Amino acid sequence: MAFVKTLIRTPWFWGIVGIALLLTLNVIKDPTYLRIGVNSTTGLLAGNVLDILRVSAPIIMIALGMTFVIATKGIDLSVGSIMAVGGAAAMETLRAVEGQNAVGAMFTAIGVALLIGALLGLVNGVLVAVVGLQPFISTLVMMLAARGIARVITGGQNTNATNAPFREISNGQIFGLPTSFVLAIVIVVVVSLIMRRTALGLMIESIGINPAASRLAGIRPRPILITVYVLSAILAATGGLFTVSEVMTVDVSGTGYQMELDAILAVVIGGTSLAGGKFSILGSTVGALLIATLNKTVLFLGVSAAATPAFKAIVIVVLVLLQSERVRNYVLQLGRRRSRKEVVA
Amino acid sequence: MSAPVSSPALGAESPVQTALGRVWGRSQSIIPTLAAVVLLIAMLVYAEIAYGRVFHAGTMSSLLVSFAPTIILAVGMTIVILSGGIDLSVGAVVAFTSVAGVMLMNIGINGWLSIFLMIGFGALFGLVSGILIQYFNVQPFIATLAMMFLARGLASILSTVPVQAPEDAPILLLGTDFKIIDGPKVNDLVLTPGFFIAVLVVLGAFFFLHRTRMGRTVYGIGGAESSAQLMGLPVARTRVWIYVLSGSLAGLAAVVYTAEVGGKAQNVTGIGWELDAIAAVVIGGTLLTGGAGYVLGSVVGSLVLASLWMIITKDGTIRPEYLTIITGGILLVFVLLQRVLTARRRR
Repeated sequence: MAFVKTLIRTPWFWGIVGIALLLTLNVIKDPTYLRIGVNSTTGLLAGNVLDILRVSAPIIMIALGMTFVIATKGIDLSVGSIMAVGGAAAMETLRAVEGQNAVGAMFTAIGVALLIGALLGLVNGVLVAVVGLQPFISTLVMMLAARGIARVITGGQNTNATNAPFREISNGQIFGLPTSFVLAIVIVVVVSLIMRRTALGLMIESIGINPAASRLAGIRPRPILITVYVLSAILAATGGLFTVSEVMTVDVSGTGYQMELDAILAVVIGGTSLAGGKFSILGSTVGALLIATLNKTVLFLGVSAAATPAFKAIVIVVLVLLQSERVRNYVLQLGRRRSRKEVVA
Repeated sequence: MSAPVSSPALGAESPVQTALGRVWGRSQSIIPTLAAVVLLIAMLVYAEIAYGRVFHAGTMSSLLVSFAPTIILAVGMTIVILSGGIDLSVGAVVAFTSVAGVMLMNIGINGWLSIFLMIGFGALFGLVSGILIQYFNVQPFIATLAMMFLARGLASILSTVPVQAPEDAPILLLGTDFKIIDGPKVNDLVLTPGFFIAVLVVLGAFFFLHRTRMGRTVYGIGGAESSAQLMGLPVARTRVWIYVLSGSLAGLAAVVYTAEVGGKAQNVTGIGWELDAIAAVVIGGTLLTGGAGYVLGSVVGSLVLASLWMIITKDGTIRPEYLTIITGGILLVFVLLQRVLTARRRR
C-alpha cells in the first residue's frame, strides 16, 4: 500500500497513466494497433509502438536539455531552431563529402552539427550568465537567428543527402528497437550519471533555488549556467540529427518548428516545476514519450497534424493549473473538509 | 501621481544637482528610443542614396499600409511589456481570429458583427492568459505560449486551406485605397482605413498610458508590483485588462490584415509576428523588465523593421534568409543597450 502511495506521488506516474490512456484510445479505434510485425522488404520489426519510440528520440533529447535549463530557473526557446541548424549542418556536410568513406562522412557530419550547436548554446549561455539578459529573451533572439542560420547554411533550400550509415540512425534497429531511441536512452543514462554522480546536478538545482545563496556557498553560477545552455543546444542539435536522418532531408522552416513547447511540456509533465530548483530526468523522458504518443494519437484519430498544438496547449494549461498554489490550496481544503466530516460522523 | 515627488534623501543635494540628476535620469530612459529614431533616419537615408525612390509618396504609403497590423500588435505588446509581462500569442491569435471571422462571414453572419466577433475572440484569448497569469501565478510567457499553441491549433481545426470572405463583406471596405495626394505617375499617397485604424490605436494607447489612472497603474505594475499594490492600485484587475487589451488588439490587427489582403485568411498567417512586435517594442526603447517605455517608441520600432524589410527587398542581393538573423541581431543590440543603461542607473 505504501508503495502504491509513493508511486502515485511520483510525478512521472501520471505521465505513464497518460501514455496508457492514449494507447487504450488507439486500441479501441483499431484493436491491432499494438501489434508488431515484420516488414517484408527490410526484414525489420515494424509497428505503431516502434514508430512512437522512434519519433520520441528527438523529443527526449530536447526535453533532457530543457530539464536542466528549467532547473536553473531559465528557459531555452531556441531548441527547435537549433534542431534545424544541426540538421542543416549535417545534410550540407554529407553533401560536401559525398563519395568518401560513408562512415567517416557520417561522423564528420555529426561532429560539425554538434559543434555548431555547441557554439549557438555558448552564445545563449554567455548572454544569460555573463551579460545577464533574461533567459527567455536571449533564447528568443537565438530562436529567430538560428532559424535564419539554418536557412543560410543550406542557401534557403531543403537540402537532401544520401549516406547509408547516417540513414540507419533513425531507420535501423538494435535488438528490435529503433537505433535513434536506443541512442537517446544511452545519452539519457550518460547524462544522468554525470548529473547525479558528480555535484553538477546539485549545483544546477541550487542555482535554481537561490542564485545569491549558492554564490555565497561557493558555487560560481556563470560556468554552470553556460554549461547548461551549451548542453541544451548540443542535445537539440542531436535531436535535429535524429529528425533529419529519418527522411535524409532538412526542412529549414519545418524541422524542429515549435518543438520548444514540446520540450517545455515534457519537462512539466515530468514533474519539474517551472519555478526551477529541481529536476527529474526520468520524468522528462516519460513526458517526451507521452508527447510522442499524443502526436501519433491525434494523427491516428484523423485530426490534422496542424491541430495537435491545441491539444498540447490544453494539456499544458491543465498542468500549470495543477502546479499553481491556488488550485493546490483549494484541493487541500476540500480534503480537510472531508476528513473533518468523517470525524464528525 | 504624474509629478515625481522628490524624496527626502535627495534634499541634502543642491537643487541644481537634483535637476541635473533628473535630466540625466530621464535621458537614460529615452536614449534607446533616440537611438531607434537615429537608426530609422539613417536607414531611410541610406536606402534613398543606395536605391532611390524612398522619400517617395508611393513607397511610403505602401510601407505604412503594409505595416499597419504590425503597428497595432506592437502597441498591444508595449502595454503588456510595460507591465513586466509578455504576450507570445498575438501572431497565432491573428491567425485564429481571421480564419474564424472569414468563416463566420461565409456562413451568413452579418459582416459588421463578424468583425466585432473577431475582436471579441481575441479578447477571449487575452482574458484566459490574464486569468492564468494573475490568479494562478503562471509565468506570462508560459501562459501566452500555451495560448499561442491553442489559437494556432484551433485555427488549423477550423481550416487548413485559405478561406475567402464573400465579395460583399464589409471588411473589404477597410482595405479600400484612399488617394490622399494624387502625385505624378505612380507617386500617389494612398492610404487605407486600416492605416487610420492603426493611427487611432496609437493615439488611443498614448492617451490611455499617459492620461488615465489605469495607464499609470500599468507603469506601476511594471516598475514595482509590490509598491503598486501597497499604494492601493488595482493591480489584479489591471493586469487581466492588459492581456484582454493585447488580445483585442491582436483581433483588430487580424481585421486590418484580412482587409488588406482582400479577405483571405489562413491558419499559417502571423507566424513570427509576436517576435516582430516584441522587436518593435524593444527597439523603440521599452524596457523588457517593464516600467519604462513609450508607445510612440514602438511605432518607431515598427518603422525600423519596415524599412529593414524595404531595404532587403530593394537591394535584392541580400538574401531573404538573412532577414531573421538581422532582425535578431538588431533586437540583441537594443536589448544589450538597455542592459548597459539599466546597469548604470542601478549603480
